[in-house]
Parts: sequence; C-alpha cells; structure tokens
Amino acid sequence: MKMQAACVFALVGAGFLSTTRARQTGTSAPPQEPKAESVYSEIGKAPEKARAKPNPLEKDPDAVRAGRILFEQRCAECHGDHATGGKKGPSLRAPEIQNAEPGAVFWILTNGVVRKGMPVWSKLPEPQRWQLVSYIKSLGTVPAPSPGSSEPPAAKDSPLRPR
Amino acid sequence: MLFLKVLVRVFLLSALIGFPAVLRAQENPYFVAYDHYLEEPGNLEIEYFSTFGTVRGGPDFHSYWTEFEYGATAWWTTEFYLEGQTTFGDSTVFTGIRWENRFRPLKREHFINPILYVEYEHKSAADKILKEVEGHDVQADFLTPNAVARRDIINEVELKLILSGVHKGWNFTENTLAAKDLAGSPWEFGYALGASRPLALKASAKPCSFCRQNFVAGVEMYGGLGDLEQFGLRDTSHYLAPVLVWNMPSGWTLRVSPGFGLNDNSHAFLLRWGLSREITGFGSMVSRLFRGRP
Repeated sequence: MKMQAACVFALVGAGFLSTTRARQTGTSAPPQEPKAESVYSEIGKAPEKARAKPNPLEKDPDAVRAGRILFEQRCAECHGDHATGGKKGPSLRAPEIQNAEPGAVFWILTNGVVRKGMPVWSKLPEPQRWQLVSYIKSLGTVPAPSPGSSEPPAAKDSPLRPR
Repeated sequence: MLFLKVLVRVFLLSALIGFPAVLRAQENPYFVAYDHYLEEPGNLEIEYFSTFGTVRGGPDFHSYWTEFEYGATAWWTTEFYLEGQTTFGDSTVFTGIRWENRFRPLKREHFINPILYVEYEHKSAADKILKEVEGHDVQADFLTPNAVARRDIINEVELKLILSGVHKGWNFTENTLAAKDLAGSPWEFGYALGASRPLALKASAKPCSFCRQNFVAGVEMYGGLGDLEQFGLRDTSHYLAPVLVWNMPSGWTLRVSPGFGLNDNSHAFLLRWGLSREITGFGSMVSRLFRGRP
C-alpha cells in the first residue's frame, strides 16, 4: 500500500516538475526575434463562415466598456494590461489582430489555440465574447516594440507562435 | 481532524494574503458533473467543499475535501484531493487522497466536446464525500461505524468520458463513469448529467458583485449503474440537485447545492457548498522559485 502511495506521489511530482520545467525552459531561452507573420498565423485559419460573422454588438455603446472589464479579468494576465503583449500572450494591438475581421477574432476566442497554450474561451457566453472583440478592436494598432525598448516582447512560448 | 483544520486555515490565509495575483474565475456550478472546460494553463485553483448528508437508520454526516487544481497545459488539468468526514455521534476521520487528470483530445471547440478523465483514489471505506456515485453505492453503506470502515483501504482507478457542449448560453454535459477497485472487484459504472446557464449572457459595463452575469444556475443528476456482473438500475442510488455558483469579482467562487435522493437507496437529503479561489501564474511562480530568481 505504501508503495502505491509512493508511486502516486512520485508521478504527481514528476508531472508537476516537468510542466514547471517546460515553462522554465521556455522563459529562460535566449530571446529571439519574433516572426510577426507567423506569431499570428492561427487567426488566418479562421473559416470563411466565421470571418463573415458580423459583431452583433458593434453599435452597442456599452460593449467596449464591458469588454474592457472582461479583458482585465480574463486576458490581461497573458496579453498585458494594455494588450501590448505579456508573459505568455502576444500583442493584440498588432496589425494582424486589429486588421482582422471581428468574426476571426471571435473565432480565436471561442476555439483558443489549445496546443500552444491559449485556452478555449467559449465558457464565456457569446455576447461576452463579442464584448471582448469590441474592446480589442477599439484599441487600435501599436507598432511592435523595438529591441531594447521597455515594452516586453512576446514570450517564446507565446500561444500564437508556431513551434 | 487537526490536519484538515490546519489545511483549511493555511488555504484561507494564503488565499487572502499570500497570492495577490487572483483571477476572477468563471466556474461552472456543478459538484459532481464535469463540463469540458479545463483550468487555464499555469493557474492553480484551491477549492474547499462540504457535504452534509442525512442517513436513514443511522447518524448523519458531514464530509469535506480540498482540491488543488492546476492547469498544466491548455489541454491537461491535474488535481490533487485530500478528504475527510465527520459522522455525528461517531468520530472524525481522514479518508484518503485522489489524483485526477483531465485531457482535452480535440484542439477546437465543437458542438459536443469530449474530455478524457483518469483518476487514482487511495481511500478508506469510510469515504463519504459522494464526489461520484458508482456501481451499487447505497446509503446503507454509510451505516458502518468509522472505526470499522476506515480499516478497509481501497485503491481504485476511475475513468470518465465527459461529453459537454454549449448552446445558446446553456451548458449541457454528460459524464459516463467506469471505476475499478484494484483489489479485484468488477468494474462499476455510473453517470452524471448537468445543465446550467448564466443568469445573464451580457456583461455589465460597470464592475459589480451582484450582477446577474456573475451567477450561474442549473441542475445536475447523478447515480450508479451497477457493475459488470449486474449492470442496470437495480440496487443503485440516484440524486437530483439544483446548483448555483456565484463568481465574485474579488476572485472567490461560492457554490451551493441542495440534493435530493430519488429512491430508497439514496440519502434523502444532501446539502453541499464550496468555496474556491484561483491563483494566476502559479506555474511561473514555482519556476522562479526553482531558478532562484526574485
């Protein structure tokens, strides 16, 4: 019995350490120049039907304000307080996002990029996801941070970066 | 009991002062059923749950467990449980541990989303948390005194197929369960069904605690389906339970659920409640700890 318990603890420990170690490796690797065209490649995979979907809350005056609150609660941890990129997520103010159709941004929110770290956000009801899209699209484009600037570059294990 | 009390106090204290990076969670209201949403990667959710239950012809009980739920990746969530119970007029006992893993095999969202669930349980027969009902579990099992039941140690593997989807704001989920006592008993089966919906689908433009969007209400039903030798509803117990969760902007989540037994084999009444808090960036914190950086 003790042997079984020991095995369980060993497995838990090994699993936990391997995930934290994987994160550690991801963050301790030397910084590389981000390839903007590939970091955002997932959004290009949105099907035509999803892209064509209009934002039903586009003319809702409260959508941006509500979206901002949702962003602070759900997204800022990874994408940064100003959506310019954070510890885990890339900037959402890059032209690839800001110029994308609202339906494509909604599609990414709904499906996540599970294999690369971004969770599925369909747990938020559909109107709340559109409120988030309204807020993100209201932010406008910010140029990618230049090397040596104080703005943190997108992390290597960014969810939208290809492996 | 002392161990559990200390654990709860450490959890509450650390949640209050130790981890300022708290995310407002959007949790489902279920106690037994699972939906297809996993923990966000790198986040740790610490949860405390209680169940008060009545027993016909025996003393009522209060069981409790603590869960440490960690998002290892966006497709893998791992959980560790510590559990115990108090049987009124008898005693308080620590009843065991569980290690649970949930995997998301599909990378995109679908109408029905499967999740694979694998759990190892090392517990005594005095376990009363009713985290699932399986096989021929009946309320009469709870009549055995703790001193006797705790001597019977069970090592069990539990598998679940979780099928869950969202339609017009409603979550519908179905869990099929198969459990195997490693000592050699036959496979046992069970089920859990759930449906829930936020009270409002649109978020408020102002931060608020009591907005309808912060509440999710629903119902869950669960029970046993016999075992490999006698599959079916005979000598099984079943429950129906309304569920409600309040996702507070402060980062706390409060769940409550009165449950009702649906036949004579079931406990007549179960009252469950739970409190949880999610800590963002826990994985990064641990990484920094191992690297020796501030």
